[in-house]
Amino acid sequence: MVGPGGKTRAAFASGQGGLCIPRMRTLPEPFAAWFAARGWTPRPHQWAVLDAAAENVLLIAPTGGGKTLAGFLPSLAELAARPRPGLHTLYVSPLKALAADIARNLTGPVAEMGLDIDIATRSGDTSARARTKQRDAPPNLLLTTPESLAVLLSAPGAAEMFSTVRRVIVDEAHALAGTKRGDQLALCLARLRALAPELRAIGLSATVAHPEAIAAFVGASRTIRAAGGAPPEIGMVLPAGRLPWSGHMGLAAAPEILNRIRATGTTIVFVNTRAQAELLFQALWKLNEETLPIGLHHGSLQLEQRLRVEQAMAAGRLRAVVATSSLDLGIDWGGVDQVLQVGAPKGISRLLQRVGRANHRMDEASRAILVPANRFEVLECEAAIAGVAEGDLDGDPPRDGGLDVLAQHLLLMACAAPFMPDAMFSEVRAAAPYARLSRENFDAVLTFVENGGYALSAYDRYRKLFRDSEGRMHIRGAPEARRARMNIGTIVEEPLLKVRLAFGPVLGEVEEYFVNMLSPGDTFMFAGRLLRFLRLRETVCEVAEGGSGEPKVPAYAGGRMPLTTNLADRVRGMLADTGCWHLFPDPVREWLAMQKQVSRLPGRNDLLVETFPRGDRWYLVAYCFEGRNAHQSLGMLVTRRMERLGMQPLGFVATDYVMATWSARQPLGIARLFQEDLLGDDLEAWMAESSMLRRTFRNVATISGLIERNHPGQEKSRRQVTVNSDLIYDVLRKHQPDHILLRATWADAAGGLTDLGRIALLLARAKGRLRHMVLSRVSPLAVPVLLEIGRESVRDSMSEDELLAETEALVAEAEGRADPPPHRPFDRPAPRGARRTAPVQGRLL
Amino acid sequence: MTAAPLHFMGERLMLTPEGALFWPAHGLLAVADLHLEKGSAAAGRGQLVPPWDTRETLDLLGNLLRRYRPQTVVALGDSFHDKDGASRLQTGDAARLATLARSSRFVWVLGNHDPAPQSAMAGETVDAFSTGPLVFRHEAHADGRGEISGHFHPKAAVPVRGATVSRPCFVADGRRIVLPAMGAYTGGLDVRDPAIAGLFPRGGQIFLLGRERLFRFPLAARRVSKVAEPPAPETRLFPDPPQRPMGRRADTGR
Repeated sequence: MVGPGGKTRAAFASGQGGLCIPRMRTLPEPFAAWFAARGWTPRPHQWAVLDAAAENVLLIAPTGGGKTLAGFLPSLAELAARPRPGLHTLYVSPLKALAADIARNLTGPVAEMGLDIDIATRSGDTSARARTKQRDAPPNLLLTTPESLAVLLSAPGAAEMFSTVRRVIVDEAHALAGTKRGDQLALCLARLRALAPELRAIGLSATVAHPEAIAAFVGASRTIRAAGGAPPEIGMVLPAGRLPWSGHMGLAAAPEILNRIRATGTTIVFVNTRAQAELLFQALWKLNEETLPIGLHHGSLQLEQRLRVEQAMAAGRLRAVVATSSLDLGIDWGGVDQVLQVGAPKGISRLLQRVGRANHRMDEASRAILVPANRFEVLECEAAIAGVAEGDLDGDPPRDGGLDVLAQHLLLMACAAPFMPDAMFSEVRAAAPYARLSRENFDAVLTFVENGGYALSAYDRYRKLFRDSEGRMHIRGAPEARRARMNIGTIVEEPLLKVRLAFGPVLGEVEEYFVNMLSPGDTFMFAGRLLRFLRLRETVCEVAEGGSGEPKVPAYAGGRMPLTTNLADRVRGMLADTGCWHLFPDPVREWLAMQKQVSRLPGRNDLLVETFPRGDRWYLVAYCFEGRNAHQSLGMLVTRRMERLGMQPLGFVATDYVMATWSARQPLGIARLFQEDLLGDDLEAWMAESSMLRRTFRNVATISGLIERNHPGQEKSRRQVTVNSDLIYDVLRKHQPDHILLRATWADAAGGLTDLGRIALLLARAKGRLRHMVLSRVSPLAVPVLLEIGRESVRDSMSEDELLAETEALVAEAEGRADPPPHRPFDRPAPRGARRTAPVQGRLL
Repeated sequence: MTAAPLHFMGERLMLTPEGALFWPAHGLLAVADLHLEKGSAAAGRGQLVPPWDTRETLDLLGNLLRRYRPQTVVALGDSFHDKDGASRLQTGDAARLATLARSSRFVWVLGNHDPAPQSAMAGETVDAFSTGPLVFRHEAHADGRGEISGHFHPKAAVPVRGATVSRPCFVADGRRIVLPAMGAYTGGLDVRDPAIAGLFPRGGQIFLLGRERLFRFPLAARRVSKVAEPPAPETRLFPDPPQRPMGRRADTGR
């Protein structure tokens, strides 16, 4: 008894398939008749949700488990039993397309059952007329996004409109918890509970590592778990011929990928970065002689173009689409037969999410194939397959809520109605991300919204709030309220420039910094085409088709996910345990065996560091397995310390697996470089100057309302915003280093991009267990990282001034204005007593 | 802080990493585009930027005056961001500016943002200021010679390893020098823009501001492009690699 699955085809349809009927019981009419007509029975977890209708619940179910229906069942049952006007249920989804889709799929069955329930969606695209109608006569079910909910709650009539709400459904709760959008939603839920104390929430989530955190996020007191579906079948495909040493694009496997596409109905080819998507798409089309319809989908393509691809995919007109995380979430296309993941999966949960995009039927296995791009990725793929089999999910517990989001929320709440700070503080603390918020920080944020804080209090004309004699906070006036509503949202885009064919259509957007690196005539790959840069006109990058020369590929800041702690731990475990090496293909096994012979393998609970001379440099390779971001930070900190110890470091490179430095002198006394105090002295100085912190500040300043994205009557170009935020950052740092926004920036930066927590873990692990191997030449395991050198930007390791000085000297030399520096040959012999390196290494390079 | 010497019209000038020009023989310090009170002007339009830009710029100017002890200070126009700027000065800033203006002879060249003298401009206000072989004005003239000016806020983007570094800069050839803007909240115009590149048809030199010193790069001559495609101005920061890198003797042009 298997029916169609997936939210697209019918929110209802996915409710079928109860292979076992737990209890002999029936649904209330008209549901029972409607279900019976289709030969369906509710699943156990759907019953469980109905039974728990009086509680706040979190439902955890795998994809295709009929989650959405379960979420709506209690609302529909209540409304069928007691029809009434007014808003009854809110449905919040991270994607507005999903909200629109669910609305379509609810309308049909509701009509078929003859229920008197009106349904509407609300998003940024909703027309002014529909908005007015929703305000005057609210629908029973309103399907919306976190941002639109915030807009609705900021309206002066919000208290009245939401007082009738009884249920809220939070879809894809796992994708929202722990993000700034999730922070905003949690605050809005707290407000809803204050307006409608009888409100009950249902969170819908995929299987996650920290269900208790997701439950807290939606305020659930009870968690219901659906039985797991069939375990996915995951295989691995290697490129024919030599297994690459390095590189992350996986282009060598293009013929195998094309074979797989040809052999199966419809395929999603997931990749890790937009650059990789562009390159792989090109590589596939070069081989695609029978012109199989293969599309491209990533976040910087023009929206219409993405929609066209999605529609073609849904209609079954495409055989494959090459996609980035832009397709991780979203409307299900029932007909996807397999998923290919090209490049390392980076995390077990992420892999599961992607695999789940194939075959949305709970009782059948999803099929997926991993295509590693290099040797290390083979290890990672095997570790991920084992992790999936054991259901060992990863992911960190959600962090505390952002103070910038709180600032935005307080302003919006004042737009709706005046509030007392004490009451608002307790309301905010009821939201899980802010449960640990101190009164001091709350007051600092409130003061910032009120008058900008000390930094901006000079402008008393521009205060946004005022306090009345009883201490109640009011919005200052209608203009402030209008501006606040125009700037709702927690998604801050990188400064982007449109890419347009000269006299032609817009193709999409690229990040500004990439365009800054182009000179007229340079070629680059975008939207699957080879383009030649002509000129920059305002915020439009004009291009022509064609051109010659080595094309560049736009890279995007933060495009790469680091390897998760959990998966890294598994990789380390597999390396150390020769018993599981039989899983690896021959070249990988030989490679590891060789490493064991000439050096040693990284252990599960130690830190292996190798040093060896090569050319006139000394290399240091640390096998940390903590992910790119952590290694990037570590490289910077270690080279700073090497500098102080007189080792004359020249640079470093970071991959997901290792961090390597090179220096003019031999690094000795390695333990000093990995001491736990590494995170103390240099860290602050470096971070404060880094462009990463400036970017973070720009986001914080925008979300908190210090910088307004939209201003009535004045379209501010995003270019200018960047300039302003940098200036404000410098000035604030100088004059008020403890400003609440700077504190919020540090809190943000210490997480994601620097991954300081993981460095701390690593240093703790290394303490007393650092294994230093002094080698006479490069070891097999170090080869991949050495090949990365030169591809990776060294920008983070050198200040801009140093880079300018280096370039100035080179240009002066080339022009004959200066002499080249004297050649200093490598004169330090390899250390005596170094471990002899087996001759077999010579064949490696 | 290391200033870079530049020989210009037979005079020895010093370019400072803050973006000022000092002429030791005349004890003259020139600064361009202070844009005082730009922060408060922006706030008036709803951009809530911190109000410390004026203080920041005055700090910088005060340091320069202490270091060079000039007899004359020439501000090359756009000293205030708008015509009401001086009236918005906070009391402390106004007093500091008055103190600075008393310490030397202050010559305020008027610019397009501050076309008329303002109350806080203690000293002389002029449209242009000439002394010796040099003339100081706000915006460069097409036929200017020995001309020191501001107005354009020049900046340059230099490709370095794996990245591009963009900084404010001086632009100079044998006839004129354009100073970078000194104001705290000022943006910039790329030196490749025709408005600047057109002033240096035979190329010249640019000096990027650094933390401790300046970085000098050549500015390529403006090639007159006869082909229509690509229509973008064909100015490039770096000329094609010289054919004889060491052949300095062949330089017959001087």
